[in-house]
Amino acid sequence: MYHADDALVVANPEVSSVRDSDRVLGLLASRTRRAERGDEPIGEYLLLTRYSLARVEKGEMMAADDVCEILSIPLLGVIPESKSVLSASNAGTPVSLETGTDAGQAYNDAVARYLGEEREHRFLTRRRGFFGRIFGG
Amino acid sequence: MSILDVFRRKNRNSAALAKDRLQVIIAHERSRANAPDYLPPLREEIMQVIRKYVDVDDEAVRMQIDRDGDYEILELNITLPETPAPRRR
Repeated sequence: MYHADDALVVANPEVSSVRDSDRVLGLLASRTRRAERGDEPIGEYLLLTRYSLARVEKGEMMAADDVCEILSIPLLGVIPESKSVLSASNAGTPVSLETGTDAGQAYNDAVARYLGEEREHRFLTRRRGFFGRIFGG
Repeated sequence: MSILDVFRRKNRNSAALAKDRLQVIIAHERSRANAPDYLPPLREEIMQVIRKYVDVDDEAVRMQIDRDGDYEILELNITLPETPAPRRR
């Protein structure tokens, strides 16, 4: 962490996790080489995991925008809550290799965005079906 | 409005509640993190001086630093006991 140029802060949309992330951001801004030498600050990006769009829409979970606002760092991506994450972790294989799963796609999107590619946040809004597009507000 | 709506509304508010709680917690922690390192020893020495004259508890002393524009305010708030018990005469 001391020599870092960029930091990808991984958090859940949950009070304790966001609070810990804010502490880490505080350390990044004060106890790192760049901070001590007064160089350009470390690049900070938020990766929000275990995100459930359905619960956000119901008001049961903080939205990605809320977490970004609280931490005041830009969003690199959201990883949807997915069973495939634990399965991949159990098996010791990166979930990003499972390109058929939404979590795998989300991780690959986040990596591409970090490397400078423009990619739509496809897990941040619900993709509407035919009727949703006609009747939705 | 049905009985179920009451429970639904409670859930609907929980994300907003989480955000409010976080904003309070984080504002508090950031102000503490920004406080200068000399604050705890300063507090301790001030306590020792006060205790020479008045018997006060640790909890009766509140010290905080506020920022207002370009300057900082060191605020020291001491609640004196109702019947002062002077140690020296």
